[in-house]
Amino acid sequence: MIEWFTTAQVVVAVAAGLLAVILGLAGRLPNDLVLGAAALVELLLIAQVVVALVAPAVGNAPTGSGLEFWVYLVSAALLPPLAVFWALVERNRWSTVIVGVACLAVAVMLYRMGQIWFVQVA
Amino acid sequence: MSARGTEAPESPTVVTMAEKRSTRAVGVGRVLIAVYAILALGATARSVVQIATKFDTAPVAYLLSALAGVVYIVATVALLNRGRTWYLVAWITISFELLGVIVVGLLSVVDPALFPADTVWSFFGRGYLFIPLLLPVLGIVWLLRTRSAVEAA
Repeated sequence: MIEWFTTAQVVVAVAAGLLAVILGLAGRLPNDLVLGAAALVELLLIAQVVVALVAPAVGNAPTGSGLEFWVYLVSAALLPPLAVFWALVERNRWSTVIVGVACLAVAVMLYRMGQIWFVQVA
Repeated sequence: MSARGTEAPESPTVVTMAEKRSTRAVGVGRVLIAVYAILALGATARSVVQIATKFDTAPVAYLLSALAGVVYIVATVALLNRGRTWYLVAWITISFELLGVIVVGLLSVVDPALFPADTVWSFFGRGYLFIPLLLPVLGIVWLLRTRSAVEAA
């Protein structure tokens, strides 16, 4: 993991999440803006997968459990596509909110991944 | 189906789809189900990792995590499906979650040694932003609101 990249990714996921939750509660159907934001979150997650694959080879290994890290990363990468799929199948305001909730969950999981990679208490 | 607990229809097709599929997966209930699904995924995946890598350090806590994960999955499925049986299943699983988060939460505060490792429910779900404490309450509210739809079905 690269610290600034992970931080930027959390910021993007939180922004996308808040945007979709607010637009959804305001009654908007899932639109290109919301789906595009979710796509950006997913794109960054895929970039994170590449980073996490390459980083250990160049001397930047996780300080915590690699397995736990990967379970988080794979789970997180599943969320935006599922939420977007839901939004495409069922077009109403609540599927917009769901896209937002998924992005916020991704943000939390990324934060936790950062802890596993960088910070070890034990 | 009752008007209570349903949104004003955004488009006729959407309502028809929702009625065919479930009496509970409507309106804001969808968001509840989505959060349940995410928590189910998170709790189950985490407990699989814990059991696979360090089961011996805290078998009770990790088994409890796995049980909680499975119960979240069943609750998600029960909320998605329609009919009396699933409604009952949803009640049982959601009550179990509420009981679990309160009992384990209290025990972990009173005697932390009982749970040397974190579970979903330790400290009232602190590790999960207290969502495990909030979710069953919202779930029960949702089940009460959609009750008449079940009785009519």
